[in-house]
Order: sequence, then C-alpha cells, then structure tokens
Amino acid sequence: MESLMAIAIGILFAAAIYMMLRRSIVKLVIGLMLLSNAANLLIFVTAGMTRGAPPLVPQGLTAPPGIVADPLPQALVLTAIVISFGVLSFAVVLVRRAWEIVKADDLDKMKDTDT
Amino acid sequence: MQLAVLGGFVVAGMAPLLHRWFGARTPMLMALLPASLTLWLLWQWPTIIAGNVLLLEWAWVPGLDITLTFLIDGLAWLFAMLISVIGALVLVYSGDYLRGHQDLPRFLVVITAFMMSMLGLVLADNLVTLFVFWELTSITSYLLIGFNHTDLAARKAALQGLIVTAGGGLALLAGFVMLAVAGGSWSLSELITQGEVLREHSLYTALLICVLIGAFTKSAQFPFHFWLPNAMAAPTPVSAYLHSATMVKAGIYLLARLHPALGGTDTWVISLSLVGALTMATGAFLAIQHTHIKKMLAYSTIMALGTLTMLLGIGTQGALVAFVVFLLAHSLYKGALFMVAGILDHATGTKDVTAMGGLRHAMPLTAAAACIAALSLAGLPPLLGFVGKELMFESVLEASHYQGVILILAFIAAFLTLAVAVIVALRPFFGPRRETPKTPHEAPPAMLIAPVLLAELSLLLGLVPALLDGLVAAVVTGISLGEVRGVKLSLWHGINLPLLLSLASLAAGVLVFRYWHALRARLARLEPIMARGPEAGYEALMRGLVNVAEWQTRLLQNGYIRNYLVMTLLVFLGLVGHALVFRHSPNIALSIDVYFHEAVAAGLMVSGAIVACVMRSRLAAVAALGVMGFSIALTFVLFSAPDLAITQLLVETLTVILLVLVLFRSPRFADLSTPVERLRDLVVAVLTGGLTTLLMLAVLNGERLPRISDYMVANSQPLGHGHNIVNVILVDFRALDTLGEMFVLALAAMGVYAMLRFHVVDYDARHPPTPRENTDD
Repeated sequence: MESLMAIAIGILFAAAIYMMLRRSIVKLVIGLMLLSNAANLLIFVTAGMTRGAPPLVPQGLTAPPGIVADPLPQALVLTAIVISFGVLSFAVVLVRRAWEIVKADDLDKMKDTDT
Repeated sequence: MQLAVLGGFVVAGMAPLLHRWFGARTPMLMALLPASLTLWLLWQWPTIIAGNVLLLEWAWVPGLDITLTFLIDGLAWLFAMLISVIGALVLVYSGDYLRGHQDLPRFLVVITAFMMSMLGLVLADNLVTLFVFWELTSITSYLLIGFNHTDLAARKAALQGLIVTAGGGLALLAGFVMLAVAGGSWSLSELITQGEVLREHSLYTALLICVLIGAFTKSAQFPFHFWLPNAMAAPTPVSAYLHSATMVKAGIYLLARLHPALGGTDTWVISLSLVGALTMATGAFLAIQHTHIKKMLAYSTIMALGTLTMLLGIGTQGALVAFVVFLLAHSLYKGALFMVAGILDHATGTKDVTAMGGLRHAMPLTAAAACIAALSLAGLPPLLGFVGKELMFESVLEASHYQGVILILAFIAAFLTLAVAVIVALRPFFGPRRETPKTPHEAPPAMLIAPVLLAELSLLLGLVPALLDGLVAAVVTGISLGEVRGVKLSLWHGINLPLLLSLASLAAGVLVFRYWHALRARLARLEPIMARGPEAGYEALMRGLVNVAEWQTRLLQNGYIRNYLVMTLLVFLGLVGHALVFRHSPNIALSIDVYFHEAVAAGLMVSGAIVACVMRSRLAAVAALGVMGFSIALTFVLFSAPDLAITQLLVETLTVILLVLVLFRSPRFADLSTPVERLRDLVVAVLTGGLTTLLMLAVLNGERLPRISDYMVANSQPLGHGHNIVNVILVDFRALDTLGEMFVLALAAMGVYAMLRFHVVDYDARHPPTPRENTDD
C-alpha cells in the first residue's frame, strides 16, 4: 500500500505545484490546500502504514497487547491538519480582501498595484 | 599589558564623556595612556636588549584553552614603542589641530581605539588574535579617513582603503589557516621555530601568496599602492600616525615577523625584493608629479614601504640591519613632516607647495623642524636617514637575485626622493615670500612639540647611531634566519661604493629640483598611460561588482512569486535529484500489497486533486477538493488513525463551507497564462511530484531506525492516565507543541477577524478613512 500511496502523493504534489504556479490568485489558494494535504499524507505514510491496529490501550491494561500503529506521526499530522486549516482560512480571507481592494485576480498585476 | 590594551578600548569609549568634563584638555589627558605605556616599555628595555623574549600569557577563556598571549621581543618592542611615542605626540598635536572641531570626541574615540588595535597587532602571539587586531586597524582606518564624512571624496577614499585592505585581510586569513595547518600551531612564537618544516611543506607556495597579498595591500605595495594617497583625505594627525608611522607598517611588521618562518626561499627573495623595488621607484616617481604637499608625502611613504619590503626580501644580516634603521628613521622624519604639513595648512590655508614661499621668518621653529626632517628624508648626513640610506645601498649590493634591476630602481628612488624632500620642506620656507590665503604665524606650542621632538631624535640618532646598536641587534636576532654577528652602526663608513652612489643621487636630485617645473610639464604628457594604472582596475572591478549584483537581483528577485517558486523547485530538483540518483542509487521496489477498497480510496483522492485542477467552475473545484479530503479521511480510518480521520472530517467540512462562502464573492477563474507557460509549469510540477514519489519509495525501502514512540506507547496509561496514546502525546508528552499550535490558531483567527471587520467601502488608499465612516460598522 505504501508504494501506491507514494505514487498518489507524488500526483498530489504535482497538482499542488501546478496550481500554485498559476497567475490566478484563487488557484494559488487551491494549490495551497492540495500542498498541505499532500504533506500531511507524506508524514503519515513515511512512518509506515499499519492495518487495523489503532494506538489505543484497551480498558484494564497498561499497554496495548500487540504491535500498534506509530502514534507519534499521527500526533504530528493531527497538529498539522489543524494548523493548515488556520493558514488556509487566513489565506482565503486575505485573497478576498485583496480582490475587493485591487479588483485584480492576476498576481502579476498585483505586483505593480500599490493601492 | 593585555589589560592595558583592552582597557585602552574602554578609555576610547569614554572619550566623549571625558570631553564633556575636561573640554579642550581631553587630548592631553588621553595622551597619558600611550605615555604610560611608553614608560612601561622603557622599563622592559634592559630585558629586551639582553635578547630575551617576554611571553605574557593571560587566560582569556580558560575553559576553551583560549589565551590572550602577548609576545614582546625586539621587533615587537620597537613597533610598540613607535606606536606609543608617536601616539602620545599625535594626541597632543591633534588637540590643537582640531581645536574647537565639533567632532573632536569622535576623533579621540577612533584614534585611541586604533592605537590599541595596533598595539594588539604587534604584540599578539596568536595568529587569530593578530588577525582580529589587523581587521580592527582596517576598520578604524576607514573611520578616520572618512572622518570628514560630509565630503564625498573622503567617503570614497575611506571605502577604497577599506576594500583594498579588508580584501587583502581575507587572503591573509586563508594564509593564516594554511600556516597553522602546515606549522601545527597557532602561536607565532612556535611557528617561527618551524621554518624548516614550513618551507618544505606542500602548502608553502599557496600560503606565502596569501600572506603576501595581505601584507602588500596593508602596506600599499605595488600594485595596491593607490589607496594610500587617497587616504590623505583624513585629518593630518591621522595621516602622520596611521598612514605613515604605524598602520601601513603592519604589513611590513608581519613580513618581518614571519621572515624566520617563511623567508629565505627563492620565491620569497624574488617576490619581495622585486615588488619592493618596484614600489619604491613608483612611489618616488609619482611623488614628484604632485604639488599637493600631503600627496607628495604619501607617495614618498610608498617609496619607504617599498624599500622596507625590498630589504626584507634581500634578507641578509646587513639588509635586516638596514631594515630596522630605515624603519625607525622613516617613522621619525615622516611623522614630523606630516605634522609640519598640517601646521602649514593651518597657518597658510593652502596645501599646494607651489603656492608657499619664504615662510621661514614667520615660523622659524617649524622651518627648523621641517629642514631637519627633510634632510633625513633626503638621506643627507648627519641624520639617521643618511645612515639608513647608506645601509640600504650596501645591502642592495649584496642582493642575490636581480641585483642590477634592484640597484637601478633603488638609485632612481633615491634621487627622486631627494628632490621631493627639497621641494616639500625647503620650498615653502625659503625663496621669495608668496601671498597665501591666510597670514602665516608660528604654530602654538602643543602643535610644535611633536615635529620638533621627532626631528631632534632624527638628528641625535644620526649623530650618535651607536645608541641604537643594542636595539638593532635585538630586533635583527629575532627576525633573521641565521646567527647574528656583532652589529655596529656608524655615521661615517669611509669612501666606498654606497657613498659614491649617494653623491651621484645627490647630484641627480638637485638637477631634478632645479628643473622640477619643466619635468612636471613633460610628465603630464604621460597622463593617459597613468590613467590606466591599478586604480582604474579597481574602479572597473567595483563597477563590475555593482553590475553583477544588479543583474542577479533582476534575475532572481524580480517580484514574481511564481518565479521564486520555480527557482526554488529547480534548485531542489537539481540538488536532491542528483544526490538521490547518483550518490545513493536507491533500492526501489514496488509492493502490490493492496486491497481493492484501499485502492479505491487512493484513486478517489487522486482524481479529486486532478479534477480540482482542471475544473473551470469554482464550485466544482471546491467539490472535487472535498472528495479528495474525505478520501484522505477514509485512508486514515483504514490505516489505524481514528483521531486523524475525525479531525480531517471536521476540518474538511469547515473548509468546504468556508470556500463556498468566500469564493462565491471572489473572482471567476480566468485563463491568464499562455500554453507555453502552462507546459513549463506542468513540467516543473510533474518533475517535483515524481521526485517526491522516488524519495518516498527510497525511504520506505531503506533501513528503518527503531521508532522513538515506544516510550510513549508504554507509558501512556501508567504516566499519562489516558488510553488514547495520540491524545496523551498531544496534551501531555508534547503539550508545548499543542500550546504553540493554539497560538498559531489564535493569531490566524485574529487576522481573519481583523480583515473581515474592515469593509472595502471604508478603505481607499487615496482617501484614508475618516473616523465617522469607521464607526458605522
């Protein structure tokens, strides 16, 4: 499964970068979303994927009985998901404000707009 | 001693405060510092004369074995003495020279800091310490040349001096590192005993070249000589102190210090004696072309520095004796002459020697000091300069390589210098009286002390050179390669070849003086050739530097965020791709351990991403993104990450709602790029994605380190009292990360709120919002 996911993540990265290279500012935001999802998955997959063994301690025991999925990358990715949502909402509002003020969706035009 | 030098920097910093308390008397007060150092050095005189070496160690950072060690032998003593004595005199002199100048405190700060740096330079035993002080002298010199900072020419000259000397400093640093590697020590006192090893070492040529570049730039040797005359933009006390007596001799000091370690080889002898001789002749030749008194003196300083380098290159005992005598003689007469030049400038209001004449009646004491110093510069008996010049001719006759060339250059330099001396010192005082912008008057005593004292010393040591026997022997023992036989100095050597050369140069010099104006007129025709000298090369280099900087800024920092991204990605692709493919030859194997439903989730994820890219409708793109996000959540569920799945579902839902709400008020998708641009972006994107896949496959098939979360798995329940290990990590083991995350979210929320609060109607860049409009919402 890791091999398949590696290929899928590669495609996600490619899509993210293609969108981030567009001149339209809304596409830039979509690229940003794709990129953060791809990065989260990359961390998750690289740590190894385990089927059906969530990192939980059953009631009455002090440690899981068998091998469980690595909890540390999960904790990292969980933090990353929440932060990327924060970044995304900020970016979306920023884009909207910028568009309202300069009335330009084109990043190249924004470069020369000093309003 | 270390404390005195480091404390001196503190005193330098206190100068403005002292100036507030003591006013115009501050320079006198601060002169007490070098004066007390002079007394301390005099107290060490018997030890030094006996040929002993003082090694003062002071544990600076004991834990790291860094010591601030000072090495005082004959050479260091001589230099330290010159720095302290002339330093004290210059401080006294500048008190009157800059009387009432608003920036006097700043001048005192920098010149005292320079004095201490220079002392540190000549006393340091450790190469790194020496280098630090070396750079400090460059920086203080920069500040002093540019002292008159409202003058464009002064600023340019200061920058030029800094770039040339600090550029040489970089080469010197490289040379020092190689020297330490080759000699196995950072300590000068150990390196100078390693001469045999160093000269045989494979790094010898490289390190010699680096050290020579450092020394030649600092000491204004050809072809780096051009910065020194420009440095004359500094106030005259600075020219007298830094740019003739001390700082420019730092390179000479270094060469003398390293002579036992690096000297004696053919490379050393030929490069030093030829560069020195060439510098000597160039300096003297350029000196007679000028009429600006300070520039003439500056070029004659270049001449003297060349002579010193040449003598170190010849390297025989006689040459080293001549080196020491010439060094001392030059510091004495040149210091005096610069101060006389400052007095003349003050008294008459001009720096042009052709505009002055007949001043001996108005300022007799200045005239006397000037004449004595000038006779020493000219190398006439009975002054120390004469002793130095005789010894110089003697050693040139001993030169082992290119003797003829050096002799001719030395002879040319000698008679031109004689002419310069006569022009500089005699012309303003004798002959018919000329009208000057100011009415001349004798200088105040504080300004007279220094030149008179230095001139007297030239005369005294010239009459009784035997006074110097002990010192010269001590210095020469420290810097020579072999045994030193008895050193005897005398004024009269009998009638021999050097005396005849002196006589011939006297005759030629007088002729040059006689026909100076005609000569200058002829030399003016050489102007186009001169304009292509090393200074033009420096200018071209600086222009080139600016052009390259402009070009690469336009190329790399053009303001298009896209181009920055492409550039970064290309560098990433080049470096990582190269390392991955050629360095590691990764072991990539595809495993097909996949269930159908997992493949469906991955397929949905990929199609969601691709559809989001190609859709022309904003709503469809958002929907496709949602599909992708939910399939990622599904993957998390399938692979044992329930917490991630829950979070992803919540966030994804919120994201879709947010995008739908906001994007509907945003612009429609527009096709802005040309097909070629799309293709280029596609290539970059696909390459980056492909490399990511390759990297991941290589990592997944590589050797795994044991996971670091075993501790957390084992202790989640016993220590954290939680059954969900991921939750325990978030709120307990890595609680600070979570706290940071909360800060980030709070900041983002504040940003979003702030931007939504302000409506576009409130804001217009040309008409800032008025308070009334702001209060409506």
